[in-house]
Amino acid sequence: MEFEAVIGLEVHAQVSTKSKLFCACSTKFGAGPNENTCPGCSCVPGTLPVLNRKVVEYSIRTALATSCTVQRKSVFDRKNYFYPDLPKAYQISQYELPIARNGHIDIEVGGQGKRIGVNRIHIEEDAGKLVHEGDLSGAQASLVDLNRSGMPLMEIVSEPDMRTPEEAVAYLRNLRDILLYLDVCDGNMEEGSFRCDANVSIRPKGQEKLGTKAELKNMNSFRNVERAVEYEIRRQIELVEDGGKVVQETRLWDAEAGVTMSMRRKEEAHDYRYFPDPDLLPLMVEDSWVEELRGTIPELPGPKIERLAGQYGIPKYDAGILASSRKLADFFEASVAIFNGAPKTTANECVHWKEAILSEKLSPETIAHAVEDRENGTISATASKKLVTAVLETGKPFRSLRDEKGLTQVSDTSALDAIVDQVLAASPKEVESYRGGKTGLLSFFVGQVMKESRGKANPKIVQEVIRKKLG
Amino acid sequence: MAITREEVRHIARLARIALSDSEVDSFGDQIGKLLDYTKQLDRLDTNAVAPTIHLADTGTLLRDDIVCPFEDTEAILKSATDRAGDFFRVPRILE
Repeated sequence: MEFEAVIGLEVHAQVSTKSKLFCACSTKFGAGPNENTCPGCSCVPGTLPVLNRKVVEYSIRTALATSCTVQRKSVFDRKNYFYPDLPKAYQISQYELPIARNGHIDIEVGGQGKRIGVNRIHIEEDAGKLVHEGDLSGAQASLVDLNRSGMPLMEIVSEPDMRTPEEAVAYLRNLRDILLYLDVCDGNMEEGSFRCDANVSIRPKGQEKLGTKAELKNMNSFRNVERAVEYEIRRQIELVEDGGKVVQETRLWDAEAGVTMSMRRKEEAHDYRYFPDPDLLPLMVEDSWVEELRGTIPELPGPKIERLAGQYGIPKYDAGILASSRKLADFFEASVAIFNGAPKTTANECVHWKEAILSEKLSPETIAHAVEDRENGTISATASKKLVTAVLETGKPFRSLRDEKGLTQVSDTSALDAIVDQVLAASPKEVESYRGGKTGLLSFFVGQVMKESRGKANPKIVQEVIRKKLG
Repeated sequence: MAITREEVRHIARLARIALSDSEVDSFGDQIGKLLDYTKQLDRLDTNAVAPTIHLADTGTLLRDDIVCPFEDTEAILKSATDRAGDFFRVPRILE
Protein backbone atom coordinates (compact mmCIF):
# COMPACT_ATOMS: atom_id res chain seq x y z
CA MET A 1 0.00 0.00 0.00
CA GLU A 2 1.20 3.49 -0.75
CA PHE A 3 1.05 6.01 2.09
CA GLU A 4 1.07 9.76 2.18
CA ALA A 5 2.15 11.90 5.11
CA VAL A 6 0.13 14.78 6.51
CA ILE A 7 2.13 17.46 8.29
CA GLY A 8 0.97 20.49 10.25
CA LEU A 9 3.28 22.90 12.03
CA GLU A 10 2.91 24.99 15.17
CA VAL A 11 5.46 27.75 15.49
CA HIS A 12 6.09 29.66 18.69
CA ALA A 13 7.73 32.94 17.77
CA GLN A 14 9.01 35.15 20.53
CA VAL A 15 7.86 38.68 19.82
CA SER A 16 10.76 41.18 19.85
CA THR A 17 9.51 43.63 22.43
CA LYS A 18 11.55 45.26 25.16
CA SER A 19 9.18 44.30 27.97
CA LYS A 20 7.17 41.14 28.72
CA LEU A 21 3.60 40.40 27.63
CA PHE A 22 1.74 41.37 30.80
CA CYS A 23 4.35 43.13 32.97
CA ALA A 24 7.17 45.65 32.57
CA CYS A 25 10.07 43.20 33.12
CA SER A 26 12.85 43.14 30.54
CA THR A 27 12.94 40.46 27.84
CA LYS A 28 16.73 40.59 27.55
CA PHE A 29 18.42 37.23 27.02
CA GLY A 30 21.23 36.11 29.33
CA ALA A 31 20.32 37.75 32.64
CA GLY A 32 21.11 36.02 35.96
CA PRO A 33 18.53 33.57 37.37
CA ASN A 34 15.23 35.30 38.22
CA GLU A 35 16.76 38.71 37.56
CA ASN A 36 14.02 39.72 35.10
CA THR A 37 11.06 38.93 37.31
CA CYS A 38 8.45 40.82 39.29
CA PRO A 39 5.40 39.82 41.34
CA GLY A 40 3.45 39.63 38.04
CA CYS A 41 5.53 37.13 36.09
CA SER A 42 6.50 35.17 39.20
CA CYS A 43 2.76 34.76 39.77
CA VAL A 44 2.37 36.31 43.19
CA PRO A 45 -1.35 36.17 44.05
CA GLY A 46 -3.15 39.47 43.65
CA THR A 47 -1.14 40.79 40.71
CA LEU A 48 -2.98 41.69 37.50
CA PRO A 49 -1.88 41.36 33.87
CA VAL A 50 -1.77 44.47 31.62
CA LEU A 51 -1.36 43.74 27.92
CA ASN A 52 1.65 45.10 25.99
CA ARG A 53 0.39 47.19 23.01
CA LYS A 54 3.48 46.38 20.93
CA VAL A 55 2.77 42.63 21.10
CA VAL A 56 -0.71 43.26 19.70
CA GLU A 57 0.71 45.53 17.01
CA TYR A 58 3.34 42.97 15.96
CA SER A 59 0.76 40.18 15.92
CA ILE A 60 -1.54 42.22 13.69
CA ARG A 61 1.34 42.96 11.31
CA THR A 62 2.20 39.24 11.22
CA ALA A 63 -1.45 38.46 10.54
CA LEU A 64 -1.57 40.93 7.64
CA ALA A 65 1.69 39.62 6.17
CA THR A 66 0.33 36.06 6.18
CA SER A 67 -3.02 37.16 4.65
CA CYS A 68 -4.94 36.35 7.84
CA THR A 69 -8.14 38.05 8.90
CA VAL A 70 -7.58 40.13 12.03
CA GLN A 71 -10.37 39.52 14.54
CA ARG A 72 -11.95 42.72 15.82
CA LYS A 73 -12.51 41.01 19.16
CA SER A 74 -10.30 38.34 20.65
CA VAL A 75 -10.26 36.81 24.11
CA PHE A 76 -7.56 35.64 26.53
CA ASP A 77 -8.13 32.29 28.19
CA ARG A 78 -6.53 30.33 30.97
CA LYS A 79 -4.92 27.05 29.97
CA ASN A 80 -4.72 25.12 33.22
CA TYR A 81 -1.91 22.76 34.11
CA PHE A 82 0.36 22.07 37.07
CA TYR A 83 4.06 22.38 36.45
CA PRO A 84 6.64 24.42 38.37
CA ASP A 85 7.67 26.38 35.26
CA LEU A 86 4.42 28.32 35.70
CA PRO A 87 3.63 28.88 39.40
CA LYS A 88 0.10 30.23 38.88
CA ALA A 89 -0.86 26.84 37.35
CA TYR A 90 -2.29 28.33 34.17
CA GLN A 91 -0.87 29.89 31.05
CA ILE A 92 -2.64 32.93 29.62
CA SER A 93 -3.31 32.11 25.98
CA GLN A 94 -6.04 32.57 23.39
CA TYR A 95 -8.29 29.63 22.62
CA GLU A 96 -11.68 30.07 21.00
CA LEU A 97 -11.20 33.63 19.78
CA PRO A 98 -7.58 34.14 18.65
CA ILE A 99 -6.36 37.46 17.27
CA ALA A 100 -6.19 36.21 13.67
CA ARG A 101 -7.42 33.39 11.44
CA ASN A 102 -7.46 31.99 7.93
CA GLY A 103 -4.30 33.07 6.20
CA HIS A 104 -1.73 31.41 3.99
CA ILE A 105 1.94 31.27 3.08
CA ASP A 106 3.12 30.37 -0.43
CA ILE A 107 6.04 27.99 -0.78
CA GLU A 108 8.04 26.53 -3.65
CA VAL A 109 9.59 23.06 -3.63
CA GLY A 110 11.40 21.70 -6.67
CA GLY A 111 10.06 24.51 -8.85
CA GLN A 112 6.51 23.65 -7.81
CA GLY A 113 4.45 26.33 -6.07
CA LYS A 114 2.04 25.46 -3.26
CA ARG A 115 -0.17 27.43 -0.89
CA ILE A 116 -0.07 26.38 2.78
CA GLY A 117 -2.96 27.50 4.96
CA VAL A 118 -2.43 29.35 8.23
CA ASN A 119 -5.22 28.26 10.54
CA ARG A 120 -4.69 30.84 13.27
CA ILE A 121 -2.33 33.15 15.11
CA HIS A 122 -2.75 33.65 18.82
CA ILE A 123 -0.93 35.55 21.56
CA GLU A 124 0.27 33.75 24.69
CA GLU A 125 2.83 33.97 27.46
CA ASP A 126 5.88 31.73 27.76
CA ALA A 127 6.64 29.67 30.88
CA GLY A 128 9.79 29.67 33.01
CA LYS A 129 12.73 27.32 32.68
CA LEU A 130 13.66 24.29 34.78
CA VAL A 131 17.22 23.23 35.43
CA HIS A 132 17.80 19.86 37.03
CA GLU A 133 20.07 19.80 40.02
CA GLY A 134 22.98 17.38 39.74
CA ASP A 135 22.81 14.53 37.24
CA LEU A 136 19.43 13.31 36.07
CA SER A 137 19.37 9.99 37.88
CA GLY A 138 20.49 11.34 41.23
CA ALA A 139 18.68 14.68 41.04
CA GLN A 140 16.62 15.40 44.13
CA ALA A 141 15.42 18.83 43.07
CA SER A 142 14.72 21.00 40.09
CA LEU A 143 15.71 24.66 39.94
CA VAL A 144 13.29 27.21 38.58
CA ASP A 145 14.26 30.35 36.65
CA LEU A 146 11.30 32.57 35.81
CA ASN A 147 13.10 35.03 33.51
CA ARG A 148 11.30 33.48 30.54
CA SER A 149 7.96 33.43 32.34
CA GLY A 150 5.64 35.96 30.72
CA MET A 151 7.75 36.45 27.58
CA PRO A 152 5.46 37.33 24.68
CA LEU A 153 4.85 34.62 22.10
CA MET A 154 2.86 34.36 18.92
CA GLU A 155 1.73 30.86 18.13
CA ILE A 156 1.27 30.46 14.39
CA VAL A 157 -0.61 27.29 13.50
CA SER A 158 -0.62 25.95 9.96
CA GLU A 159 -3.27 23.81 8.31
CA PRO A 160 -2.18 20.18 7.81
CA ASP A 161 -1.35 21.04 4.19
CA MET A 162 2.20 19.73 3.92
CA ARG A 163 2.98 16.28 2.52
CA THR A 164 6.79 16.05 2.66
CA PRO A 165 9.59 17.11 5.03
CA GLU A 166 10.84 19.44 2.27
CA GLU A 167 7.50 21.25 2.17
CA ALA A 168 7.55 21.59 5.96
CA VAL A 169 11.00 23.18 5.88
CA ALA A 170 10.07 25.47 2.98
CA TYR A 171 7.04 26.70 4.95
CA LEU A 172 9.18 27.29 8.05
CA ARG A 173 11.85 29.16 6.10
CA ASN A 174 9.28 31.39 4.43
CA LEU A 175 7.50 32.08 7.71
CA ARG A 176 10.79 32.92 9.41
CA ASP A 177 11.80 35.23 6.54
CA ILE A 178 8.46 37.04 6.83
CA LEU A 179 8.92 37.54 10.59
CA LEU A 180 12.46 38.84 10.00
CA TYR A 181 11.25 41.23 7.28
CA LEU A 182 8.60 42.55 9.66
CA ASP A 183 11.18 42.84 12.44
CA VAL A 184 8.76 41.22 14.90
CA CYS A 185 10.92 38.22 15.93
CA ASP A 186 14.67 37.64 15.77
CA GLY A 187 14.14 34.13 14.37
CA ASN A 188 16.92 32.57 16.44
CA MET A 189 16.11 28.85 16.53
CA GLU A 190 18.96 27.81 18.79
CA GLU A 191 18.14 30.37 21.48
CA GLY A 192 14.50 29.30 21.18
CA SER A 193 12.95 32.51 19.86
CA PHE A 194 11.59 30.56 16.86
CA ARG A 195 10.43 27.10 17.98
CA CYS A 196 8.56 24.56 15.96
CA ASP A 197 6.41 21.54 16.84
CA ALA A 198 5.28 19.24 14.06
CA ASN A 199 2.10 17.17 13.90
CA VAL A 200 2.72 14.15 11.71
CA SER A 201 0.34 11.43 10.58
CA ILE A 202 0.09 9.05 7.66
CA ARG A 203 -2.83 7.70 5.64
CA PRO A 204 -3.24 5.43 2.62
CA LYS A 205 -2.91 7.53 -0.52
CA GLY A 206 -6.33 8.68 -1.69
CA GLN A 207 -7.94 8.40 1.74
CA GLU A 208 -9.65 11.57 2.93
CA LYS A 209 -9.76 10.80 6.67
CA LEU A 210 -6.73 11.87 8.69
CA GLY A 211 -4.68 9.25 10.52
CA THR A 212 -3.74 9.44 14.21
CA LYS A 213 -1.05 12.05 14.69
CA ALA A 214 2.08 12.25 16.78
CA GLU A 215 3.36 15.62 17.94
CA LEU A 216 7.12 16.11 17.52
CA LYS A 217 9.07 18.47 19.76
CA ASN A 218 12.65 19.52 20.43
CA MET A 219 13.85 20.35 16.91
CA ASN A 220 16.06 23.42 17.06
CA SER A 221 17.14 23.81 13.43
CA PHE A 222 15.61 23.49 9.97
CA ARG A 223 17.80 20.47 9.37
CA ASN A 224 16.48 18.79 12.52
CA VAL A 225 12.87 19.50 11.58
CA GLU A 226 13.50 17.84 8.23
CA ARG A 227 15.24 14.83 9.76
CA ALA A 228 12.70 14.39 12.56
CA VAL A 229 9.68 14.55 10.24
CA GLU A 230 11.38 12.21 7.78
CA TYR A 231 12.13 9.73 10.56
CA GLU A 232 8.63 9.93 12.01
CA ILE A 233 6.94 9.29 8.65
CA ARG A 234 9.11 6.22 8.12
CA ARG A 235 8.46 5.00 11.67
CA GLN A 236 4.69 5.29 11.29
CA ILE A 237 4.64 3.56 7.89
CA GLU A 238 6.77 0.68 9.17
CA LEU A 239 4.60 0.39 12.28
CA VAL A 240 1.38 0.19 10.25
CA GLU A 241 2.90 -2.21 7.72
CA ASP A 242 3.87 -4.51 10.58
CA GLY A 243 0.25 -4.54 11.74
CA GLY A 244 0.69 -1.94 14.50
CA LYS A 245 -1.28 1.21 15.23
CA VAL A 246 -0.09 4.79 15.64
CA VAL A 247 -1.00 6.19 19.05
CA GLN A 248 -1.62 9.85 19.77
CA GLU A 249 1.37 11.04 21.76
CA THR A 250 4.12 13.60 22.09
CA ARG A 251 7.52 12.46 20.81
CA LEU A 252 10.87 14.09 21.45
CA TRP A 253 13.44 14.34 18.67
CA ASP A 254 16.87 13.09 19.71
CA ALA A 255 19.21 14.74 17.19
CA GLU A 256 22.23 12.68 18.19
CA ALA A 257 20.53 9.30 17.91
CA GLY A 258 18.44 10.49 14.96
CA VAL A 259 15.18 9.09 16.38
CA THR A 260 11.94 10.34 17.94
CA MET A 261 11.03 8.96 21.35
CA SER A 262 7.70 8.77 23.11
CA MET A 263 7.31 11.39 25.84
CA ARG A 264 3.78 11.02 27.12
CA ARG A 265 0.35 9.97 25.96
CA LYS A 266 -1.69 12.91 24.83
CA GLU A 267 -5.16 12.20 26.28
CA GLU A 268 -4.31 13.14 29.84
CA ALA A 269 -2.38 16.24 28.84
CA HIS A 270 -5.32 17.44 26.74
CA ASP A 271 -7.51 18.32 29.69
CA TYR A 272 -6.51 21.97 29.98
CA ARG A 273 -10.00 23.23 30.97
CA TYR A 274 -9.68 26.48 29.05
CA PHE A 275 -11.90 29.32 30.20
CA PRO A 276 -11.82 33.10 29.65
CA ASP A 277 -9.39 34.82 32.00
CA PRO A 278 -11.49 37.03 34.26
CA ASP A 279 -8.45 39.26 34.82
CA LEU A 280 -8.38 40.41 31.19
CA LEU A 281 -11.14 42.08 29.22
CA PRO A 282 -11.47 41.12 25.55
CA LEU A 283 -8.94 42.64 23.17
CA MET A 284 -10.74 45.03 20.82
CA VAL A 285 -8.97 46.04 17.63
CA GLU A 286 -10.33 49.00 15.66
CA ASP A 287 -10.37 48.84 11.85
CA SER A 288 -8.45 52.11 11.73
CA TRP A 289 -5.58 50.54 13.69
CA VAL A 290 -5.42 47.57 11.32
CA GLU A 291 -5.41 49.89 8.31
CA GLU A 292 -2.69 52.04 9.83
CA LEU A 293 -0.56 48.92 10.42
CA ARG A 294 -1.26 47.63 6.91
CA GLY A 295 0.67 50.67 5.70
CA THR A 296 3.77 49.52 7.63
CA ILE A 297 4.02 46.12 5.94
CA PRO A 298 7.15 46.12 3.77
CA GLU A 299 7.45 44.32 0.45
CA LEU A 300 7.63 40.66 1.53
CA PRO A 301 10.20 38.07 0.39
CA GLY A 302 7.93 36.30 -2.16
CA PRO A 303 6.87 39.39 -4.11
CA LYS A 304 10.38 40.84 -3.77
CA ILE A 305 11.96 37.83 -5.48
CA GLU A 306 9.52 38.15 -8.38
CA ARG A 307 10.15 41.87 -8.72
CA LEU A 308 13.96 41.69 -8.51
CA ALA A 309 14.04 38.96 -11.15
CA GLY A 310 11.67 40.86 -13.45
CA GLN A 311 12.96 44.37 -12.96
CA TYR A 312 16.70 43.62 -13.18
CA GLY A 313 16.64 40.56 -15.42
CA ILE A 314 18.53 38.40 -12.93
CA PRO A 315 17.85 34.68 -12.39
CA LYS A 316 15.17 33.87 -9.80
CA TYR A 317 17.73 31.83 -7.89
CA ASP A 318 19.95 34.90 -7.42
CA ALA A 319 16.93 37.04 -6.54
CA GLY A 320 16.07 34.44 -3.89
CA ILE A 321 19.49 34.73 -2.26
CA LEU A 322 19.33 38.53 -2.33
CA ALA A 323 15.81 38.53 -0.87
CA SER A 324 16.79 36.14 1.92
CA SER A 325 17.61 39.31 3.81
CA ARG A 326 15.89 42.65 3.43
CA LYS A 327 19.21 44.37 4.08
CA LEU A 328 20.99 42.50 1.30
CA ALA A 329 18.21 43.16 -1.21
CA ASP A 330 18.19 46.87 -0.33
CA PHE A 331 21.96 46.99 -0.71
CA PHE A 332 21.74 45.37 -4.14
CA GLU A 333 19.16 47.89 -5.32
CA ALA A 334 21.16 50.82 -3.94
CA SER A 335 24.22 49.52 -5.75
CA VAL A 336 22.39 49.07 -9.05
CA ALA A 337 21.02 52.59 -8.68
CA ILE A 338 24.63 53.85 -8.81
CA PHE A 339 25.72 51.64 -11.71
CA ASN A 340 23.00 49.85 -13.62
CA GLY A 341 25.10 48.45 -16.48
CA ALA A 342 25.35 44.84 -15.25
CA PRO A 343 22.79 43.88 -12.59
CA LYS A 344 23.69 40.19 -12.85
CA THR A 345 27.32 40.95 -11.95
CA THR A 346 26.19 43.26 -9.16
CA ALA A 347 23.98 40.44 -7.84
CA ASN A 348 26.93 38.02 -7.91
CA GLU A 349 29.11 40.49 -6.06
CA CYS A 350 26.41 41.07 -3.41
CA VAL A 351 26.13 37.32 -2.85
CA HIS A 352 29.92 36.95 -2.75
CA TRP A 353 30.37 39.75 -0.18
CA LYS A 354 27.16 38.93 1.69
CA GLU A 355 28.68 38.71 5.15
CA ALA A 356 30.58 41.99 4.88
CA ILE A 357 27.45 43.68 3.51
CA LEU A 358 25.22 42.37 6.31
CA SER A 359 27.69 43.53 8.94
CA GLU A 360 27.72 46.94 7.24
CA LYS A 361 31.40 46.90 6.34
CA LEU A 362 30.81 47.74 2.66
CA SER A 363 28.89 50.56 1.00
CA PRO A 364 26.77 50.21 -2.16
CA GLU A 365 29.26 52.58 -3.88
CA THR A 366 32.12 50.12 -3.38
CA ILE A 367 30.27 47.31 -5.14
CA ALA A 368 28.91 49.67 -7.82
CA HIS A 369 32.41 50.97 -8.58
CA ALA A 370 33.89 47.48 -8.54
CA VAL A 371 31.30 46.29 -11.06
CA GLU A 372 31.51 49.39 -13.24
CA ASP A 373 35.32 49.31 -13.45
CA ARG A 374 35.21 45.65 -14.34
CA GLU A 375 32.53 46.06 -16.96
CA ASN A 376 34.33 48.84 -18.81
CA GLY A 377 37.62 46.96 -18.62
CA THR A 378 39.45 49.34 -16.28
CA ILE A 379 40.25 46.50 -13.90
CA SER A 380 40.24 42.71 -14.01
CA ALA A 381 37.98 40.44 -11.97
CA THR A 382 40.96 39.46 -9.83
CA ALA A 383 41.92 43.06 -9.20
CA SER A 384 38.32 43.84 -8.31
CA LYS A 385 38.30 41.17 -5.58
CA LYS A 386 41.68 42.36 -4.29
CA LEU A 387 40.46 45.93 -4.12
CA VAL A 388 37.23 45.12 -2.27
CA THR A 389 39.30 43.17 0.25
CA ALA A 390 41.55 46.23 0.57
CA VAL A 391 38.48 48.44 1.15
CA LEU A 392 37.48 46.10 3.98
CA GLU A 393 40.96 46.27 5.46
CA THR A 394 41.66 49.99 5.14
CA GLY A 395 38.23 51.60 4.88
CA LYS A 396 39.53 53.76 2.01
CA PRO A 397 37.35 54.39 -1.08
CA PHE A 398 37.54 51.78 -3.82
CA ARG A 399 38.75 54.12 -6.57
CA SER A 400 41.50 55.78 -4.52
CA LEU A 401 42.83 52.31 -3.70
CA ARG A 402 42.62 51.32 -7.36
CA ASP A 403 44.74 54.30 -8.44
CA GLU A 404 47.06 54.03 -5.45
CA LYS A 405 47.83 50.37 -6.11
CA GLY A 406 48.06 50.83 -9.88
CA LEU A 407 45.65 47.97 -10.46
CA THR A 408 44.05 49.45 -13.55
CA GLN A 409 44.27 47.11 -16.49
CA VAL A 410 46.31 47.73 -19.54
CA SER A 411 43.73 48.07 -22.30
CA ASP A 412 45.96 50.10 -24.54
CA THR A 413 46.79 47.75 -27.46
CA SER A 414 50.15 49.35 -28.20
CA ALA A 415 51.29 48.69 -24.65
CA LEU A 416 50.18 45.08 -24.98
CA ASP A 417 51.79 44.53 -28.35
CA ALA A 418 55.25 44.06 -26.89
CA ILE A 419 54.15 41.51 -24.32
CA VAL A 420 52.14 39.53 -26.89
CA ASP A 421 55.11 39.51 -29.28
CA GLN A 422 57.35 38.26 -26.51
CA VAL A 423 54.93 35.44 -25.56
CA LEU A 424 54.45 34.32 -29.16
CA ALA A 425 58.19 34.31 -29.79
CA ALA A 426 58.71 32.12 -26.73
CA SER A 427 56.22 29.47 -27.86
CA PRO A 428 56.89 28.69 -31.55
CA LYS A 429 55.42 25.16 -31.31
CA GLU A 430 52.10 26.38 -29.95
CA VAL A 431 51.99 29.13 -32.57
CA GLU A 432 52.42 26.50 -35.27
CA SER A 433 49.67 24.25 -33.81
CA TYR A 434 47.34 27.23 -33.50
CA ARG A 435 47.87 28.14 -37.11
CA GLY A 436 47.31 24.47 -37.95
CA GLY A 437 43.79 24.73 -36.50
CA LYS A 438 44.17 24.19 -32.74
CA THR A 439 42.39 27.44 -31.93
CA GLY A 440 41.78 26.24 -28.37
CA LEU A 441 45.35 27.32 -27.67
CA LEU A 442 44.15 30.92 -27.61
CA SER A 443 43.45 30.69 -23.88
CA PHE A 444 46.99 29.36 -23.36
CA PHE A 445 48.41 32.50 -24.98
CA VAL A 446 46.07 34.77 -23.05
CA GLY A 447 47.18 33.06 -19.85
CA GLN A 448 50.83 33.64 -20.66
CA VAL A 449 50.23 37.32 -21.44
CA MET A 450 48.27 37.75 -18.21
CA LYS A 451 51.14 36.18 -16.33
CA GLU A 452 53.71 38.43 -18.00
CA SER A 453 51.60 41.52 -17.27
CA ARG A 454 51.11 40.38 -13.67
CA GLY A 455 47.37 40.35 -14.07
CA LYS A 456 47.15 43.90 -15.32
CA ALA A 457 46.30 43.20 -18.94
CA ASN A 458 42.68 43.31 -20.02
CA PRO A 459 42.01 39.72 -21.14
CA LYS A 460 39.42 40.77 -23.74
CA ILE A 461 41.85 43.14 -25.47
CA VAL A 462 44.64 40.56 -25.19
CA GLN A 463 42.49 38.07 -27.07
CA GLU A 464 41.88 40.56 -29.84
CA VAL A 465 45.57 41.42 -30.19
CA ILE A 466 46.61 37.75 -30.32
CA ARG A 467 43.92 36.89 -32.85
CA LYS A 468 45.04 39.74 -35.05
CA LYS A 469 48.69 38.74 -34.84
CA LEU A 470 48.10 35.06 -35.55
CA GLY A 471 45.25 35.49 -37.98
CA MET B 1 -25.98 11.05 40.24
CA ALA B 2 -25.11 13.43 37.39
CA ILE B 3 -21.43 12.55 37.55
CA THR B 4 -19.67 9.19 37.58
CA ARG B 5 -17.10 8.11 40.15
CA GLU B 6 -14.51 8.01 37.36
CA GLU B 7 -15.20 11.64 36.49
CA VAL B 8 -14.85 12.62 40.14
CA ARG B 9 -11.50 10.81 40.33
CA HIS B 10 -10.36 12.49 37.10
CA ILE B 11 -11.25 15.98 38.37
CA ALA B 12 -9.54 15.26 41.69
CA ARG B 13 -6.43 14.13 39.87
CA LEU B 14 -6.39 17.30 37.73
CA ALA B 15 -6.68 19.37 40.90
CA ARG B 16 -4.00 17.26 42.63
CA ILE B 17 -6.38 16.30 45.43
CA ALA B 18 -6.17 12.79 46.90
CA LEU B 19 -9.60 11.33 47.67
CA SER B 20 -10.51 8.17 49.57
CA ASP B 21 -13.29 5.96 48.17
CA SER B 22 -15.85 7.33 50.60
CA GLU B 23 -14.81 10.88 49.72
CA VAL B 24 -15.30 10.10 46.04
CA ASP B 25 -18.89 9.16 46.88
CA SER B 26 -19.62 12.13 49.08
CA PHE B 27 -18.03 14.70 46.73
CA GLY B 28 -19.65 13.00 43.77
CA ASP B 29 -23.01 13.44 45.50
CA GLN B 30 -22.40 17.12 46.14
CA ILE B 31 -21.10 17.88 42.67
CA GLY B 32 -24.03 15.97 41.24
CA LYS B 33 -26.46 18.16 43.15
CA LEU B 34 -24.75 21.29 41.90
CA LEU B 35 -24.93 20.04 38.33
CA ASP B 36 -28.59 19.15 38.69
CA TYR B 37 -29.32 22.58 40.08
CA THR B 38 -27.56 24.45 37.28
CA LYS B 39 -29.27 22.17 34.77
CA GLN B 40 -32.33 24.36 35.18
CA LEU B 41 -30.56 26.82 32.86
CA ASP B 42 -30.87 24.31 30.02
CA ARG B 43 -34.57 25.13 29.86
CA LEU B 44 -33.63 28.47 28.28
CA ASP B 45 -33.02 28.47 24.54
CA THR B 46 -29.68 30.26 24.20
CA ASN B 47 -28.91 29.22 20.64
CA ALA B 48 -29.10 32.77 19.35
CA VAL B 49 -27.28 34.33 22.32
CA ALA B 50 -23.53 34.93 22.23
CA PRO B 51 -21.75 33.72 25.36
CA THR B 52 -21.07 36.49 27.88
CA ILE B 53 -17.34 36.44 28.37
CA HIS B 54 -17.16 39.54 30.50
CA LEU B 55 -19.85 41.80 31.83
CA ALA B 56 -17.98 44.93 30.79
CA ASP B 57 -17.87 45.18 27.02
CA THR B 58 -15.07 47.70 26.83
CA GLY B 59 -11.75 46.49 25.48
CA THR B 60 -8.80 45.61 27.67
CA LEU B 61 -6.30 48.32 28.55
CA LEU B 62 -3.00 48.36 26.73
CA ARG B 63 0.34 49.51 28.12
CA ASP B 64 3.30 50.92 26.20
CA ASP B 65 6.31 48.69 25.71
CA ILE B 66 8.49 50.23 28.39
CA VAL B 67 10.83 48.30 30.70
CA CYS B 68 10.53 49.09 34.38
CA PRO B 69 12.58 46.57 36.38
CA PHE B 70 11.21 45.36 39.70
CA GLU B 71 13.71 46.32 42.37
CA ASP B 72 13.06 43.71 45.03
CA THR B 73 13.38 40.28 43.40
CA GLU B 74 14.98 39.15 46.66
CA ALA B 75 11.62 39.57 48.40
CA ILE B 76 10.04 37.17 45.90
CA LEU B 77 12.81 34.60 46.31
CA LYS B 78 12.62 34.92 50.09
CA SER B 79 8.92 34.04 50.06
CA ALA B 80 9.62 30.69 48.38
CA THR B 81 9.65 27.51 50.45
CA ASP B 82 13.10 26.58 49.18
CA ARG B 83 15.80 28.19 47.07
CA ALA B 84 19.27 27.49 45.74
CA GLY B 85 21.13 30.74 45.16
CA ASP B 86 18.87 32.84 42.96
CA PHE B 87 16.84 29.85 41.78
CA PHE B 88 13.61 28.59 43.27
CA ARG B 89 14.08 24.98 44.35
CA VAL B 90 11.24 22.48 43.88
CA PRO B 91 10.97 18.70 44.29
CA ARG B 92 12.53 16.99 41.32
CA ILE B 93 10.36 17.00 38.24
CA LEU B 94 11.02 14.55 35.46
CA GLU B 95 8.73 13.67 32.60
